[in-house]
Amino acid sequence: MKRLRTMTFAPVAGLAAAAMLISACGSSSSSSGGGGSSGSALTASAPGITSSTITIGSHQPLTGIAAPGYDEIAPSSNAYFQYVNAHGGIYGRKIVYKYLNDQYNPSMTSTVVRQLVLKDNVFAIFNGLGTPTHLAVAPFLNSEKVPDVFVASGCECWDAPSTWPYTFGWQLDYVREGKILGQYIKQHFAGKKVGYFYQNDEFGQDGVKGLNDEIPAKQVVAKAAYDATNTAIGPLVAKLKAAGAQVVVSFSVPAFTALLKLNALGLSYNPQLVVSDVGSDAITLAGLLQSFAKQSHKTVNGNQLTQGIITDGYLPALGDTSSTWNQLFTKIHTQYLSKLPFDGNVEYGMAVGYAFVQAMLKAGRNPTRQDLVNAINGGLGQGPLVAPYAYSATNHNGVTGAYMGIIENGVLKPQGSVLVTDTTAGGAITADTAPQPAAPTSGIPPK
Amino acid sequence: MTLAKHLGIALIAGVVLLLLSYKIGTYRDYQLAELAAYVVAVAGLTVLIGISGQISIGHGAFMAIGAYAAALLLMHLHWPLELLIIAAAVVAAAAGGIVGIAAARLRGPYLAGATLMLAVALPSVADRYQGVFGGDQGLNINVSVPGFLGAAFPLTQWLAWVCCAAALITLVLLANLGRSRIGRSWRAVRDDEVAASLAGLNVARLQVLAFVISSACAGVGGALLAIVTANVAPGAFTLTLSIGLLTAAVIGGLGSLAGAVWGSLLFVLVPGFLTNLASSHGLSGAASSSVPIAAYGLVLIVVMLAFPSGIQGAVRRLLGTAAPTVGTPLSALRRQAPARDTKEKGTT
Repeated sequence: MKRLRTMTFAPVAGLAAAAMLISACGSSSSSSGGGGSSGSALTASAPGITSSTITIGSHQPLTGIAAPGYDEIAPSSNAYFQYVNAHGGIYGRKIVYKYLNDQYNPSMTSTVVRQLVLKDNVFAIFNGLGTPTHLAVAPFLNSEKVPDVFVASGCECWDAPSTWPYTFGWQLDYVREGKILGQYIKQHFAGKKVGYFYQNDEFGQDGVKGLNDEIPAKQVVAKAAYDATNTAIGPLVAKLKAAGAQVVVSFSVPAFTALLKLNALGLSYNPQLVVSDVGSDAITLAGLLQSFAKQSHKTVNGNQLTQGIITDGYLPALGDTSSTWNQLFTKIHTQYLSKLPFDGNVEYGMAVGYAFVQAMLKAGRNPTRQDLVNAINGGLGQGPLVAPYAYSATNHNGVTGAYMGIIENGVLKPQGSVLVTDTTAGGAITADTAPQPAAPTSGIPPK
Repeated sequence: MTLAKHLGIALIAGVVLLLLSYKIGTYRDYQLAELAAYVVAVAGLTVLIGISGQISIGHGAFMAIGAYAAALLLMHLHWPLELLIIAAAVVAAAAGGIVGIAAARLRGPYLAGATLMLAVALPSVADRYQGVFGGDQGLNINVSVPGFLGAAFPLTQWLAWVCCAAALITLVLLANLGRSRIGRSWRAVRDDEVAASLAGLNVARLQVLAFVISSACAGVGGALLAIVTANVAPGAFTLTLSIGLLTAAVIGGLGSLAGAVWGSLLFVLVPGFLTNLASSHGLSGAASSSVPIAAYGLVLIVVMLAFPSGIQGAVRRLLGTAAPTVGTPLSALRRQAPARDTKEKGTT
């Protein structure tokens, strides 16, 4: 009988004890709210803001299939923030950037973001990376009224000010990009057979939407969609080869762009590759090609394999040493990030960090979360980007255009002028010849 | 009498948890909800392994079935929460019945292999039928707080209430089942299948029943997890989850419901704690994410060697109420090795 009692009592007591254990481990975090007041005093005007710090969070693929290349982005943003902190911060407050690993797994993103918002009480989620991953948390962030700024994804879905008023894109969205790439293919590869290779989610599907708007349907002979969890893409590449695609447009993350190239090589298939900017950084690709080939005991020359890849870019080309932005970023890279190569991901991370500082300075001395949202809704200067932002109260897309380029000797060479467009089918693609504004000499955005 | 006792204890625990949920803050409420979801799944698994003597390293697949069932019913038919959970249990139970019948002739490592196959293969169905299941991206489901609690009531606290209620109900049901004729029959089959069959027990039916009930629990756990994380994707139901559930059951103490609670507690809290510990000691983001998995394996090895009856066994010994338990967790399974193998010992 005694054993019976213990055995029946134990489970439920155990559950109660477990709950108490959790609470004992937990630290109660209280956020001090206070109205934003103009004047010289810095107050704790919102969760995540104290008189000396601003804490922001992010979810990033630090390990896993999307990590190559992308794991440099958050440290690069952090390097820019450290530079800003060392030069007066934002109205005297230092930025604390807490980015957690979600392994490009939407379920982990859910957990990690809830920790940042509910436990760490961050002021905003900044640059959450990945389309499938961020889709898992965007509804939560908006229902909790947490600013979800500059998502590291070009999905059209972030442009939803009526349902997700706190979410903003930043990079070139995939529909626009598809249109720009599609127009280039239409003009330079008329009559050639085109195949699509794309990630089987909103990222790839949005890109295909843009491509279909420009490339005549009869030119497209094959479409192959890959899942990020399955690296055995041999059958997909064989499908493209069997259809005779002479040009393959790829909306893929860097690892899968490299796999595409290597699998094609293995099949003696050499189509012209046109790759989305998210998966085309020359330095990242060269490294991936070499390491993947090494796994099959082959050696390849990365730069040889990336030669001739066509892609687009919306940041100053890395080889352009006359660009004041590149000079600023190189300086910060040498000081804070010398262990990483100076590649497209580093440039991306610093540029989006610059955008955040722009928005925070505009939000005021003692901002609330709504102040940050209003600041971006009011529009932002284009900063290091080659085309203007689309930000307004009715549009939460980021940059509106890019230039085309070809990778030569491991460096992206721009071709032609910057092209801007919109996300509608049939919307015109026009050249933007306005010169890009120079970087501020201090490296900090003007107030 | 047993029922009244179980219900009384569950009621007390329920009140304690209710009061607790007001004190611990929204993030801990979220963790409490997660914990309760895992307790449901691990409790079913520990009954399957510890009491009925069958092994499954594929319970993540049943969690996935329950989760997707709940997500699809919510998305397309907008069923209320209680119906979703019951539906998830029913669908997962049906799947468990099919697997149980298919695996009825398998024992020990062969059963393990069959369930492993299920765990590996099932998540790919979501990718194959992307239109229905949403592929790798998964489905987003959003549950809101019911009107009578008011608009300002924290969602995570409501989720904690729902999950803890489900966990308590499941534990009461499983505790009753363990004390009933069926529970005794399961133990008889687990300890000596031939003797049980000679005593008139329908071995196959009992084993399938065990599968059905444990997979129903896993289905409910999966549905709760889906509601708590607001997202159902194949990435949530990897092989690591199935092995993690098994590890939680073993570490907690096979066959013991309290053990299910201990094991789930470790499963939820330890990885996060270790990652924070590692990164506060200066390890890079990538390295500190890998620490929990390494530590988990290490702990499993230590527990199997030093505390074969798991945490609950150690607790019982401490309290002086150590009862003849299942023995070492694996010995019961070893007894299930096919009897036919020992018959023919002829030429080598």
